[in-house]
Amino acid sequence: MSQFRIQNLNLYYGSFQALKGVNLDIPERRATAFIGPSGCGKSTLLKTLNRMTDLVEDCRVEGKVLFDGKNILSRLTDVNTLRRRVGMVFQKPNPFPMSIYENIAFGPRTHGVRKKEELDELVERSLTEAALWGEVKDRLRKSALGLSGGQQQRLCIARALAVQPEVLLMDEPTSALDPISTARIEELVLGLKREYTVVMVTHHMQQAKRVSDRTVFFLLGEVVEAGDTERLFSSPQDARTGDYINGRFG
Amino acid sequence: MRRGQTFERLMQTVFFLCACVAVASVILICIFLFSGGAPALKEIGVLRFLTGRRWEPGRETFGVLTMIAGSFAVTLGAVLLGVPVGILTAVYLSFFCPPKLRRVLRPAVDLLAGIPSVVYGFFGLTVLVPAVRRLFGGSGYSVLAVSAVLAIMILPTVVSVSESSLSAVGDGYYEGARALGAGHERSVFRVMLPAARSGISAAVTLGLGRAIGESMAVVMVAGNQAIFPKSLLVGTRTLTSNIVLEMGYAADLHADALIATGVVLFVIVMLNNLIFALLRRRRMKK
Repeated sequence: MSQFRIQNLNLYYGSFQALKGVNLDIPERRATAFIGPSGCGKSTLLKTLNRMTDLVEDCRVEGKVLFDGKNILSRLTDVNTLRRRVGMVFQKPNPFPMSIYENIAFGPRTHGVRKKEELDELVERSLTEAALWGEVKDRLRKSALGLSGGQQQRLCIARALAVQPEVLLMDEPTSALDPISTARIEELVLGLKREYTVVMVTHHMQQAKRVSDRTVFFLLGEVVEAGDTERLFSSPQDARTGDYINGRFG
Repeated sequence: MRRGQTFERLMQTVFFLCACVAVASVILICIFLFSGGAPALKEIGVLRFLTGRRWEPGRETFGVLTMIAGSFAVTLGAVLLGVPVGILTAVYLSFFCPPKLRRVLRPAVDLLAGIPSVVYGFFGLTVLVPAVRRLFGGSGYSVLAVSAVLAIMILPTVVSVSESSLSAVGDGYYEGARALGAGHERSVFRVMLPAARSGISAAVTLGLGRAIGESMAVVMVAGNQAIFPKSLLVGTRTLTSNIVLEMGYAADLHADALIATGVVLFVIVMLNNLIFALLRRRRMKK
């Protein structure tokens, strides 16, 4: 089953065209990696999937992105509901400057959860899912900014999971982290993709290989090639894909 | 090479001397104030001076309690009126204002800071005092009128300090909140505003300092009776206006008592800054 069907998507920042005629299906409960050199449009496409592109001034989108059969680019889409269902983790860990508990509770509160027991349970469950519960359960009321970079990123993952999304978008989630923290996040993603659809932008080809089931290669705003990760890395069908994954450019 | 070094050393000395001017001024003011105020405090007695309700220079009776109360009342009023308006203005300018309007509003707020206090006093005298008289009765010279004038005077400080602390908050927080499905308002008020709270409390402290230290505008609208500010509509006298009103003709113990009034004011302002610094340190630790 496809979680997203992207049909003939064009995206412009002012007069610059960042995405050109993208057609792509993203499968449900799999990890999909977006790879490609800087400025190829992979992050832009990721942000289109939860309409974070709305925050960019002068950004114009044409085409369709079907999520659950409905075009989310339509004006009638409630972006706040969409973003509850399609969560996002950013390149730089961005926990709010409040306590660990409050960070996690912010999302559920936004969507109407008020009861303390319910919030407590969500906090524990999402922190456990993000493999952080054991490390922070005794200091839930302490500031989230006191955590290490890797812990902060796992907190952000927990925060995204707390609103019970179906999809998790990850925009180079390990690029600001050390190798050990990176390994922990990758391990986490391998578990999460059983429950959630994961879409991850990465600069790191080894990471795409380790974590994802499908890989999409972007170049200059176009999708050059998409396919099963193993197949794409072992026998790329487009010469440009081969050149990129063999490190001849990028 | 050698010339460069000599020049550098020379400039270092110049910068050092500049820094000394500020420090020396503070020290000199402290010495002047405390040595000038000490004789009066000794003669009258610190406790009697601070808790005395009567200020009658003719009878050599000097108590500043009513003025301490007056200063607190008008400052509190100014903060209650001015701070919410100032913070919300800063929020509007940072997150809601169309850029075109911002280009007009921002300089307008800054301009407010440049208006001399005597002009504020005049505005209070000709607009606010009659307005209070018409709306609530009485003479119009009142705690309420002073608070309103001071509230306007602290606006530019509160707005510009709050705004710069709001814009110093990283965009990452805003994006994080929006990505969780929070709307613009919720993201601004529940994430961005709390994230800027240390800067905003600095804004409040600076505003408070400005309000408590203002004299000219206060004298013009306060009525200046040395009585307890029992209601918002009675006149009042503050520590600052007490000095301004009487320094011109005071002599001997009277003059010293006025300097001692300055000491009290100085100590209050220092306490204000100290409390602020302590609050900030506690928050940092957390």
